[in-house]
Amino acid sequence: MMKIGVLALQGAVREHVQAIQACGAEAVVVKNAGQLAELDGLVLPGGESTAMRRLIDRAELLEPLKQFAQAEKPLFGTCAGLVLLAKAIEGQDASHLGVMDITVARNSFGRQVDSFEADLDIMGIEEPFPAVFIRAPHIVSAGEDVEVLCEYGGRIVLARSGPFLGCSFHPELTGDPRLMQLFLNMVENRELLPTEAHYSRI
Amino acid sequence: MSEKGTDRVKRGMAEMQKGGVIMDVVNAEQAKIAEAAGATAVMALERVPSDIRKEGGVARMADPRITEEVMNAVSIPVMAKARIGHITEARVLEAMGVDYIDESEVLTPADEEFHLLKNDYTVPFVCGCRNIGEAARRIGEGASMLRTKGEPGTGNIVEAVRHLRQVNAEVRNIVAMGEDELMTAARDLGASYEFLKEVKLLGRLPVVNFAAGGIATPADAALMMELGADGVFVGSGIFKSDQPERFARAIVEATAHYQDYALIAKLSKDLGPAMKGLEMATIGAADRMQERSW
Repeated sequence: MMKIGVLALQGAVREHVQAIQACGAEAVVVKNAGQLAELDGLVLPGGESTAMRRLIDRAELLEPLKQFAQAEKPLFGTCAGLVLLAKAIEGQDASHLGVMDITVARNSFGRQVDSFEADLDIMGIEEPFPAVFIRAPHIVSAGEDVEVLCEYGGRIVLARSGPFLGCSFHPELTGDPRLMQLFLNMVENRELLPTEAHYSRI
Repeated sequence: MSEKGTDRVKRGMAEMQKGGVIMDVVNAEQAKIAEAAGATAVMALERVPSDIRKEGGVARMADPRITEEVMNAVSIPVMAKARIGHITEARVLEAMGVDYIDESEVLTPADEEFHLLKNDYTVPFVCGCRNIGEAARRIGEGASMLRTKGEPGTGNIVEAVRHLRQVNAEVRNIVAMGEDELMTAARDLGASYEFLKEVKLLGRLPVVNFAAGGIATPADAALMMELGADGVFVGSGIFKSDQPERFARAIVEATAHYQDYALIAKLSKDLGPAMKGLEMATIGAADRMQERSW
């Protein structure tokens, strides 16, 4: 069974755990670097990106998370998680993990009173997807290798780049598992890089 | 087609705060310290609860200049307090664009009979509760988030523990009840039958519930998480301590890793004095903020 972690420093952890389980995979609540080795993929949940970053630093998780990404292990970031993945953040000098070739703008739809629900047409998903946007970021620009899977109001809100999937909204709040299923398909179908174990068997 | 101010949007915002610490601040400088320490939101107000308690008088919504200053200083959500039942204060805060309103017993109530009809607003509300009846009535009026009340401004955790244990025990009782027992429980608890059915179905409250009112140390914050809080509000505890920056950081970390006791020991070392605090027996009945709300 696939093992999918949810970074559990802060935010909507329980909802992602439920979505992973609903898709038939095993969910692991991740609080430290030692837990990353056993995972096939990792979800960076919604929450407050600045608070999460502080906790990532203090738990000495930044380098292990970057290595996880560099090993091409799949990562799925929702809202704050998308901000953590981005290579660049508008108005900020530094990024967080900086592994996905996108630039994001934080809180780009406005404050909480402007937060909204909308149905989205997502590439590869047949029926409209109910989405909740909460003080949401959006993808301002994306690199050549980034596949835009959904735009809303002319803004990119869902994209994929190699093993990385990121969205502005909160699929975990609507109980619709289709986007999580799309991520699990990415995990299942990813081409494994040769590992030391492979070589030793040859 | 998009829709603003729905239950999902308002309750969802609180879901994103889970595992976090929401800190009381009275100016931009404190707000920046809170954000840098890893607070998930700040509560802008004119006086922290311990000062309200000390100075007395009527406590009202903060001067909008303070709230605005805080909103401009940080990128994390900004909450602000309105008096219980004060429709205009709440509408003013909504018009200013604050991210969450606390209809709070820390301020002097404007209405001793009716709370705000929070369903009417686009902005979400958090309210205090001491038991599941209060929780049910506030959610019924439209609160999107709860906090157990504790006794604000005391630096004494005892009431916060009492209220969280009470709410959680009542939730467990309801989950264990037969369907045929719910109506009588609804009558006895002052909660609607529909609400109790939802709690039984979910196995928990339908909205996020933080702990508040008396958290003064990293261990206090971790204790509330241990007892099942979704996160914590820290009012006077941070900026009334000797080293606010270190207290703030330590409380954030202890909340996230509340069962890592070796870490909490390390975080608590040499923090210096926490706020002095008050023994409950020294607070007269009229000065207990937790009694306000109905």
